[in-house]
Amino acid sequence: MTDKIKIKDLNFHYGAKQALKNINLSVKEKEITALIGPSGCGKTTFLRCLNRMHDLYPGNRYEGEIILDGMNILDKGLDLIKLRSKVGMVFQKPTPFPMSIFENIAFGLKLIGIRKKKEISERVEKALRDSALWDEIKDRLHEPALSLSGGQQQRLCIARAVAVEPEVILMDEPCSALDPVATAKIEDLMTDLKKYYTVVIVTHNMQQAARVSEYTGFFMLGEVVEFDFTQKIFTAPANKLTEDYITGRFG
Amino acid sequence: MDSQSFHYMRRKFYNLLALSVSVLSAGFGIFFLFWILKDVISYGLPAMNGAFFAELPAPPGAEGGGLANAIFGTVLITVIATVIGVPSGILAGTYLSEYGRKSRIASVVRFVSDILVSAPSIVVGVFVYALLVKPFGGFSAIAGAVALSIIMLPVVIRTSEEMLKLVPDATREAALALGAPHWKVTVHVVYRGALRGITTGVMLAVARVSGETAPLLFTSFNNSFWNFDMSEPTATLTVTIFNYAMGPYEDWHQKAWGGAFLITAMVLCVTLLSRLIVRRRAA
Repeated sequence: MTDKIKIKDLNFHYGAKQALKNINLSVKEKEITALIGPSGCGKTTFLRCLNRMHDLYPGNRYEGEIILDGMNILDKGLDLIKLRSKVGMVFQKPTPFPMSIFENIAFGLKLIGIRKKKEISERVEKALRDSALWDEIKDRLHEPALSLSGGQQQRLCIARAVAVEPEVILMDEPCSALDPVATAKIEDLMTDLKKYYTVVIVTHNMQQAARVSEYTGFFMLGEVVEFDFTQKIFTAPANKLTEDYITGRFG
Repeated sequence: MDSQSFHYMRRKFYNLLALSVSVLSAGFGIFFLFWILKDVISYGLPAMNGAFFAELPAPPGAEGGGLANAIFGTVLITVIATVIGVPSGILAGTYLSEYGRKSRIASVVRFVSDILVSAPSIVVGVFVYALLVKPFGGFSAIAGAVALSIIMLPVVIRTSEEMLKLVPDATREAALALGAPHWKVTVHVVYRGALRGITTGVMLAVARVSGETAPLLFTSFNNSFWNFDMSEPTATLTVTIFNYAMGPYEDWHQKAWGGAFLITAMVLCVTLLSRLIVRRRAA
C-alpha cells in the first residue's frame, strides 16, 4: 500500500497554545485510518490540519510538513480551494445547507464546474445511491434538507462530500450524534467508500475503530502515542498507555 | 399542612402569578394597538373615495380634492430610500458577520451604527438639509430619500449581521470544505440560511421609514402639485398628515385621517407581501 498522506514533524499552535506535538504518521491510500484518544487530545485538531480548516481563524500556526501526493500542503502559496476539493470533510454534527436535498449535492457539483442539468441530476442520483439514501428520499428531493432525520442528514453530508469525487475524505466523529441503526448504516457506507477513497476518521467509539479501520492512531495530549495496524493496536498494543485506554482503564 | 405540600402550593401560586402577569402585559400592548387601529379605521375609512386617490389637493378652505401627489411621493421616496439603504446595509452587515468579525474596523462600524439607530430622526433631517438641500439650492425628493436611507441603514446593518450570525459556523466550514470560495459560501449558503430573517429586518426598516415625518420636513418638504422631478420639493403622506392635522379645516382633518389609514394599510401590505414571498421561497 502506498502512502497517500505523509505527516512529518507536525506541530500546531492555537495562538500561544501548542495543540499538536511532533506528529509523524502515514495515511495509506484507499484504506480507513482511525484516530482515537481521550477528548481534547488533538485528534480533531489533527484532522482539521489535513484540509487546512484552521486557516479560517486567525492566530493559528502550523510547523512541519504534510505531504499529500508529493506536495506539502502547508506551503504558503497553496491553493486552498484546490486542496479542499481534493480532501473532503464530514463533520461531527450533520451540516446540511439551508436548501433542498437536491441542491445540497448540486452545490458541490456546480463548484467543480458541472453545468449541464442532466449531468447534475445523474450525479446527484448516483451520490445518493452510493450513500444508501436514494430509496428513502427519492420522492422528496426538493424538500429542505433540514427536514431529514439526523442520520439521513449525515448520510446526505457524506453524499455531498463524495459527489465532488475527492481523493481523501476526513470524518470527524461522524456518528456521535446518531443512533445505533444510523451508525451501522454509515459504517457500511465507509467500508464501501474505501474502494475509491482514502478515509481518515476520528472516533470516540473504539468498537467502531476496530470494526471499520485498517490502521489506528492513538493520540494523547497532542502527541501520537502509537500508530499501527488496527488489529495490532486492539490485540497487542506496544505502549502501556494505549493498552490502558483501549481496555477502558482511563479516558 | 406539611412543608412539602406547602412548597407545592407556593409553586402553583407563583406559576399562576407569572402567567397572569404575562397575559396582562400582552393584553395591555395589544389593547393600545387595537385602539389605534380602530380609530385609524373609523376616522380614516370615510375619507377614502376616488378623488382621494386621483386628485390633487384642493386649495385651502375648499372642499374635495385628494392626496394623489402625496401618495405617489411617499411611494417614490420610500422606494428610492430602500434602493439606497437596503443593499448598502446588507453589504455592511455581511462585512461585519462574514469578513470583519473581530477586526477593529468592524467594532467601530458596530458602535457607530448603534449610535445611529438611536439618533433622533429630526437630526438626520437637519444633517441632510445641510448636506444636500442648502448646497443644491432647494428641497428635493432625492434629499428626502437620502435622509430616510440614513435612518434605515443602521437597522438593516445590525439585523442583517445578527441574522447572518445565526447561521452556524459549521455550515460555513462545510461549504468551504467542499472547496467553495468565500464569496460563494456567503452568497449561496449563508444568505440562504439568513434570508427569512434579513427580509423581516428589511421590511421593518422600510415600514419604519415610510412613517417618518420629521426628516422629510427639512428635505423633500411639500408640494401641492404633481412632481416627477427628483430635484424638486415633493409631497408625502406623512408631511401632508402633519400639515392637515394642524390645519383649521374639518375637511383637512378628515384627509389627514385618510392619510393615516392609507399609510397603515401600506405598511401592513408590505409586511404581508414579504412574509408570503419568504414563505414561498423557503418551501
